[in-house]
Amino acid sequence: MKFRKFLYSEKTAPYVFALPFILSFCIFWIYPLISAIVMSFQDIGAISSEWVGFHNYAKLLKDNVFHTAMLNSFEYMLFSCMLLIPFPMLFAVLMDSNLVKAKGVWKAMLYVPALTSVVISGTLFRLMFSEYKTGQMNVIMTMLGLSTVKWLKIKWTSEIALLLLCCWRWTGVNMLYFLSGLKSIDKELYESADMDGASFGQKFRFITLPLLKPTTIYVLTISIYAGLSMFLESYMLWAGNSSPNNIGLTIVGYLYKRGIEKNDMGYACAVGVVLMVIGLIINFIQLALNGSLKKEEE
Amino acid sequence: MKKKLLAALLSTAMVASVLAGCGETNAPVGSTEAEDTAVAASDAAATDAAAADETTADDSAAAASSEAEPTAVTTVGPDSGTHMEMWSFVEAHNSFYAGMLDKWNEENPDRQIQITFTTYPYGDMHQKLIMSLQTGTGAPDLCDVEMGQVPNVYEGVDTWLYPLDDAMAPYKADMLQSRLDAYKGSDGKQYGAPFHVGATVMYWNMEDLEAAGITKDDVDAVETWDDYTALGEKYIAAVNQDGKYFTSVDTGGTDWLWLAMAEYGDDWTGGYHGTANVQLDSVKNMLKMQQSWLDSGVAEVSPDGHVDLEAGFQNILDGNIVSFPKAMWYMSRFINYMPDEKGKWYITKCPVFEEGQNCSVGIGGTGTVVTQQSSDPALAADFLCYAKMSPEGETEIWNQLGFDACNTSLWSDPAFAHDDTNQYNQFFQNYPYDVLNEINDQIGTIMTVKISPTINEYTCTTTLNEVLEDKMNVDDALKELQDAVDMEQ
Repeated sequence: MKFRKFLYSEKTAPYVFALPFILSFCIFWIYPLISAIVMSFQDIGAISSEWVGFHNYAKLLKDNVFHTAMLNSFEYMLFSCMLLIPFPMLFAVLMDSNLVKAKGVWKAMLYVPALTSVVISGTLFRLMFSEYKTGQMNVIMTMLGLSTVKWLKIKWTSEIALLLLCCWRWTGVNMLYFLSGLKSIDKELYESADMDGASFGQKFRFITLPLLKPTTIYVLTISIYAGLSMFLESYMLWAGNSSPNNIGLTIVGYLYKRGIEKNDMGYACAVGVVLMVIGLIINFIQLALNGSLKKEEE
Repeated sequence: MKKKLLAALLSTAMVASVLAGCGETNAPVGSTEAEDTAVAASDAAATDAAAADETTADDSAAAASSEAEPTAVTTVGPDSGTHMEMWSFVEAHNSFYAGMLDKWNEENPDRQIQITFTTYPYGDMHQKLIMSLQTGTGAPDLCDVEMGQVPNVYEGVDTWLYPLDDAMAPYKADMLQSRLDAYKGSDGKQYGAPFHVGATVMYWNMEDLEAAGITKDDVDAVETWDDYTALGEKYIAAVNQDGKYFTSVDTGGTDWLWLAMAEYGDDWTGGYHGTANVQLDSVKNMLKMQQSWLDSGVAEVSPDGHVDLEAGFQNILDGNIVSFPKAMWYMSRFINYMPDEKGKWYITKCPVFEEGQNCSVGIGGTGTVVTQQSSDPALAADFLCYAKMSPEGETEIWNQLGFDACNTSLWSDPAFAHDDTNQYNQFFQNYPYDVLNEINDQIGTIMTVKISPTINEYTCTTTLNEVLEDKMNVDDALKELQDAVDMEQ
């Protein structure tokens, strides 16, 4: 009876309902997080592990491959944010306006890539960007009268391939975020702006952009994380974790290489911790700059 | 009352949904798939070989998709037998073991075994295996371990794995020693049973060579790399066409370098107890020779890095290269990806730097292990050695999987080596095993130890690109490689 009382009391009910989340959060997030931090100070061996202090971190400082991976991830994050916010926003505004016919078709076309597996699309892109003369891009180059290019062996051409794959996949998803943001903007605002004689550009600048800010911040935050933690796209594009001169190696790729391919979990954990810290710092700066960390005004 | 009921139902559903993730059942789905070898065998032989070559990553690509679900689960054998679990990353391997298990149970009525075979994606399986060995629970009785993962799994020596030395005693004398050595632990005990030799041989496109006026006798006369280079120059001069080369050199694989090391008797890993030294004359000679080939137009850089990728197959199909060294398991690539090439290709031993050197090296492979967690490790080991080392088993390995079997007693047996119903014997101009017989005491081994992944990776991502694409000085590139390797040892 006491148990029933406990179960049905209004005080405990919220905790009971929140329990599944809290439990899974603790087991699958907090515990691994702490465990990874602990492991980053260890040398994890097959039979036994030993404490090595800051050895793993000291090694990271000297590790040129890790520096390359950091630079690659950072560049990718920067470029993907630069592409994946303005363009989806533009498409969303177009979809929301009367300028576009057959919106359903366009939306579906933009969204469908997100439904395909990266494994499949990555393989297709790898074949498209093959350095061999039958690769699609090289066929186009030949048609244009240009010489064939070793796309995935040169830093900047491979960056193009990666960003193309990324945009192809995520434009539709980000567009949907912006569309839902646009739907929540009160139409009366536009009407009153019309009455005041505002142009399309002015309406976009003074109504759409400010009111879309929460959505933009959300998209920016997840794009930063997604950019920094990109792995699968590069893994598929080079058919593995090894790219010529490490031009496609990302931080997570390096973590995978160390942790899984070389079974050096301690070092991999140090890589992971560094990635987490960088991700947190960048996002905190970003959130502080656009004012999201301030207390909500009453 | 209704509210209470609803609340109770809701919370039950929630608890159930939380717990649902915990249980995982691997229910056997019957043994039908075990019979399904005809098609799968050739298909998966290719998959195996891809995985077998540690520098070939297209197989491990599947790892990234991280499917936790097994692709096939089969149980074979009587319920009364000792029950065991076996994992592999290639379904055809499991089909092969299942066939061998039926034979074992027929021959050993008092030692019956029932095995549940599970096929996982490459990366997934090795990860699960290492995790279960590390935690001491959940490991299968028997498990395939791919060459590239051998250092990770064998690191646990006899705490994790059951030595096969006793079980393989009946077959040991006939087995190729260098292949057994590749699957030894740092304590010198045998932990893995090999599938194939992976002997490196030279593949020649005789149709194109003959069209350029080069005969089989010319090819047979090639003894040294100098002869090979001369023949290459002759071919290039005869063909005199842009985009046609004698061979292609790899930026994404170390096969050429392994071959060079084996010829000089070197090993850049330094073995289990040595330190790695990559600044070897053998490696330098090979790289310098390849640079000169690129300069003179004898060779091109393999499209996409090596011949074992789509672009590599296409390059061969287009007749852009007419010869290359590759392990025997590459034969399955011809069957699977280049069937039109049937009858055109000829296999010989590889050239050497100086006469009298060994001319081959074993590349890739699968070292199957018995774990200490097994319900009956001795029985598991006996079965494993029977399946992979006995003449019966080796015959099936050749017929089903198309591998160059490690049991040398069979190589000279005409019923085995000259079986004209075998698709590999039909495909090539000569019998592959005739070549093997010619070189059987010349197949070197490069050890795969803890430092190996580091060396291979740095070589394939950086050093080979610097040397072959950017024309960097060989000594400088190898010095850089040595520095990277030294950081890890």
